[in-house]
Amino acid sequence: MKEKLQELEKEALLKVNEAKELKDLQEVRVAYLGKKGPITEVLRGMGKLSKEERPVIGELANKVRENIANELDGKKSTLEAIELEKQLENETIDVTLPGRPVQIGGPHLLTSIVGEIEDLFIGMGFEVREGPEVETDYYNFEALNLPKGHPARDMQDSFYITEDILLRTHTSPVQARTMGEYNGEKPVKMICPGKVYRRDTDDATHSHQFTQIEGLYVDKDVRMSDLKGVLNRFAKEMFGEDREIRLRPSFFPFTEPSVEMDISCKVCNGKGCSVCKKTGWIEILGGGMVHPRVLEMAGYDPDVYNGFAFGMGPERIAMLKYGVDDIRHFYINDNRFLKQYHKA
Amino acid sequence: MFVSLNWLKNYIDLDQLSPEELADKITKTGIEVEGIEYIAEKNSNVVVGLVESCEKHPNADKLNLCQVNVGDETLQIICGAQNVAAGQKVAVAKPGAVLPGNFKIKKAKLRGTESNGMICALQELGIEEKFVPKDVADGIFVFPEDTEIGVDALPLLNLDDAILELGLTPNRADAMSMLGVAYEVAAILDLPLRLPREDVHMVEEEAKDYIDVEVEDTTLNPYYGAFVIKDIKLAPSPLWMRNYLIAAGIRPINNVVDITNYVLLEYGQPLHAFDYDKFDSEKVVVRRAKENEKIVTLDDQTRVLSPDYLVITNGKEPMALAGVMGGKDSEVDENTTTVLLEAAYFDPAIVRNASKDFNLRSESSSRFEKGIDPERVKRAGLRACQLLEKYAHGKILSGIVNVDGLDLTEKKVEISTSKINNRLGTQISTEEIGNILRKLHFSYENNDEVFEVSVPTRRQDIVIFEDMVEEVARIYGYDNLPYTLPQGDAQAGGLTKQQELKRFVKNYFESAGLSETITYSLTSKEKAPLLASDEILQDAKETVSLAMPMSEEHSTLRLSILPEMLSSASYNLARKQTDIANYEVGTVFVSKEETITEQPSERLRATGLLTGDWVTHEWQEEKKAVDFYVVKGILTGLFEKLSLAVSYKPVKKENMHPGRTAKLYLNDREIGFLGQIHPQLAKDFNLKETYVFDLDLDYLMDQYEEIPNFDRIPRFPTVTRDMALVVKEDVLAGQIIDTITKAGGELVKDVHVFDVYQGEHLEKGEKSIACSILYLDPERTLKDEDVEASYQAILSRLQEDLDAKLRS
Ligand SMILES: [Zn+2]
Repeated sequence: MKEKLQELEKEALLKVNEAKELKDLQEVRVAYLGKKGPITEVLRGMGKLSKEERPVIGELANKVRENIANELDGKKSTLEAIELEKQLENETIDVTLPGRPVQIGGPHLLTSIVGEIEDLFIGMGFEVREGPEVETDYYNFEALNLPKGHPARDMQDSFYITEDILLRTHTSPVQARTMGEYNGEKPVKMICPGKVYRRDTDDATHSHQFTQIEGLYVDKDVRMSDLKGVLNRFAKEMFGEDREIRLRPSFFPFTEPSVEMDISCKVCNGKGCSVCKKTGWIEILGGGMVHPRVLEMAGYDPDVYNGFAFGMGPERIAMLKYGVDDIRHFYINDNRFLKQYHKA
Repeated sequence: MFVSLNWLKNYIDLDQLSPEELADKITKTGIEVEGIEYIAEKNSNVVVGLVESCEKHPNADKLNLCQVNVGDETLQIICGAQNVAAGQKVAVAKPGAVLPGNFKIKKAKLRGTESNGMICALQELGIEEKFVPKDVADGIFVFPEDTEIGVDALPLLNLDDAILELGLTPNRADAMSMLGVAYEVAAILDLPLRLPREDVHMVEEEAKDYIDVEVEDTTLNPYYGAFVIKDIKLAPSPLWMRNYLIAAGIRPINNVVDITNYVLLEYGQPLHAFDYDKFDSEKVVVRRAKENEKIVTLDDQTRVLSPDYLVITNGKEPMALAGVMGGKDSEVDENTTTVLLEAAYFDPAIVRNASKDFNLRSESSSRFEKGIDPERVKRAGLRACQLLEKYAHGKILSGIVNVDGLDLTEKKVEISTSKINNRLGTQISTEEIGNILRKLHFSYENNDEVFEVSVPTRRQDIVIFEDMVEEVARIYGYDNLPYTLPQGDAQAGGLTKQQELKRFVKNYFESAGLSETITYSLTSKEKAPLLASDEILQDAKETVSLAMPMSEEHSTLRLSILPEMLSSASYNLARKQTDIANYEVGTVFVSKEETITEQPSERLRATGLLTGDWVTHEWQEEKKAVDFYVVKGILTGLFEKLSLAVSYKPVKKENMHPGRTAKLYLNDREIGFLGQIHPQLAKDFNLKETYVFDLDLDYLMDQYEEIPNFDRIPRFPTVTRDMALVVKEDVLAGQIIDTITKAGGELVKDVHVFDVYQGEHLEKGEKSIACSILYLDPERTLKDEDVEASYQAILSRLQEDLDAKLRS
């Protein structure tokens, strides 16, 4: 019997080893370990054995069963792993097919530029003020030292609605309004972004509607070097630390002294090229020390208060920064233009 | 203003600087040099040659065969010019020369005969056609007889010049003259000036025997000086003067006219020369023109005048439009022998009237309009006399006949070292400030650190302290100002709540898939009210239009952003960009007046336009066109984020789809609309199915409140009950939800529709709507009987109000 059991064990283990699929294993399990299997058969015949032999064979039979069972379990997990592997193989997809697109929009390029500039000046303690796009002659011109008859306020240059009401030609009226609101009593530190309008025929470099950001700082003892410092910081943050700035004297009716600011040309690094008209410099904004007449008209005593003001065009900045070659792009709203600037 | 450097070098020694270096310094100090123009290349191999012989070309009638002595050799040159002749001194481009336009001169054969260079006309040497004097315009240029043979021809023609183009700001009228530029450059470079002297030899005969001057209004004409010059011989002006005029952009005419133009450029003082005989009077009368009085100006135009303009008359008729242009009747011509020369100061405004109304912007009017130097008026007249004597054979009669009411006193401006430094943020010493004033040729009295500056009359732009701050700063150098940051009390900058909220709304739309547009505020009168929201239309009496639009297309302020967005969409569709999802935040302009007397109110709107596909993911067969509910979903999301309870009601609106448009309400107030535009309107714009929305962003932002308290996360379980109802097809889902919410009591926390069905198994005219009701009691676990009671209450109310029954 002992030989029989050993034989059965050998036979069963061989079959386990040869099993290719889980169902082969199940067959082996039923065949050898089932209630009608040969080992049970052997155990059933134990009655014929002597008292001494019985436990020995019993133990052997259990051991054989155990060995077969262990082997079966081991083989099972191997086969299961293979099976799973096969199944996953069948689930293979083409990872190069496109994913489901997520619909995300984005801001207009001008909004991004204006937002960037706003944040930059907010960081320097400025507040953001807004005002009407349809202005009175007084706030648009007179309060800014542009009295009636001044050549710079020719009817031909502005969109008038009535003799006294027009589309603002700059955002400076917001400055005049803010100073008026503050009643000549406290410092003003503000920027005012917004749409402005001029009688220009639309072409690659002109637009009858465009954007402007103006800034104003009024306080006691404001120095021209403060203007230089603030603009320098703006230019470096906006255009890069490696850009140089220079100020040149200029003329605006609402500032004295007046300045224009250039940054060194990014294209040629200041050596001179067609973009900077061979000068190495690109004009970026205008500004100056607030004219005493402007302060006076807004209710500030020019003997106590003074300040600086500046103004710039986000379209121009966008054109320089991104090489946009035609100002009309900003207002045509071609989908392909809009989406180019939705990137981080 | 064009500045010839060769001309400028007559007054100031500039040889150690290149034109580029000089231009850079001028720009940095206050006058922008907008360009540097070189007329010709250097060493261009163009020399003066003597035409020794000139014969007809053996094989060509129209060509001449010339032997030209160019000093070291004699060149055979074939020349096509009609005016070439033996004995002339001409400009010869030798082989190897490169003429403007990169025209290279080579040895060549013309009709079988060798030609070793070219005899040049001024145009070929780079002088613009419009500046070439008429007498040499049709042929080669001929030098004066005493010109040396073989020398470089370019300097003789001033073609070695560099011309600076100055972009003058309106305040710098002083730089509209060579002397003004010389003062400026001398100040920048700290160099001495050589100024011209007006030495005139006058004959015994007196001008007052020939002319008298009467000025009607000395505020309009504070100075009028008349000079009489006899025995004039009209001829071309000297070559150097012609060269300078050409460099400055003025075409030489004859010696008399050229001299007045030369002095205009040199002194900045416009002059006018009348033919004394044609002037036909012994009296100059300056007065306002009479209504409908006429004058034929030098450009052959008849001008109809009015008292808005000032005229120079001979006592009877206008002889010149003061400060703008002379009259044809008294023009200097080849028969002129006696010249009546005018040097005057005219009021800028009255000159501007004429130049503007007649569109006559001349070298003369542009200077008068900006204000000339009163101190130079008489001197410029004398300078012209000096030149007329020398170059036009003139005899200057004694005495200037003038009316003189000019104020030549110099304005005083007080500055001090400390005030200058406080304003600039600098530490400039008193000594340095004095030095700067000296460079500027400003005289001053100095007491300790205080300067009383006398501002020269040529600098009319300097009036107040701040003007002097700029003068000191620019000569000191803007580059030398330090960089500082404001030292005032630091205040926190930032956005207002409204500005932050506006940014939030824009960001929301972007994350919801919309791209921002920025369109024009000005549209056509027809488009301006199109698709405007009803609450806007109710307030707007009239659209607001421009008094003088540039085009009908941009003539009227918008009442809605949508029409221009439709145009943008149309533009995109025409370019195969068919899927559009845009939003815009901007103002519309509402006036309650029929005739505008005050500013319109500006209302902030948020609008959107969507058309084409919303989701396109084709290979997984997922594709969804934009529809009403896509757009509504976006808006609902926004209102949820703002915690605003907005309701939607169906509405019929002009230009909108009658069955797919909803009006939006917040607190029973209209806040805009949403829907599909009418297919007919879509067709007009070449669009397909298109959805739009327009919201009152001012009111939405105004109603927004920050959530004050933490909303506790529920600790007890919720219960969901579904309810499938059958109702008449015109019953709205919104009505059902409202009824459930109202009838269900406090425990109902949410109701949502999960199925809508119409068709088989239902009667015609009926539909089924299935809702899911969410119950929650925040204080305890819900009891079945509470839910059941609410459920039954809902059912009976639905039955009563909407004739709804449960679907079996
Ligand atoms: Zn460059």
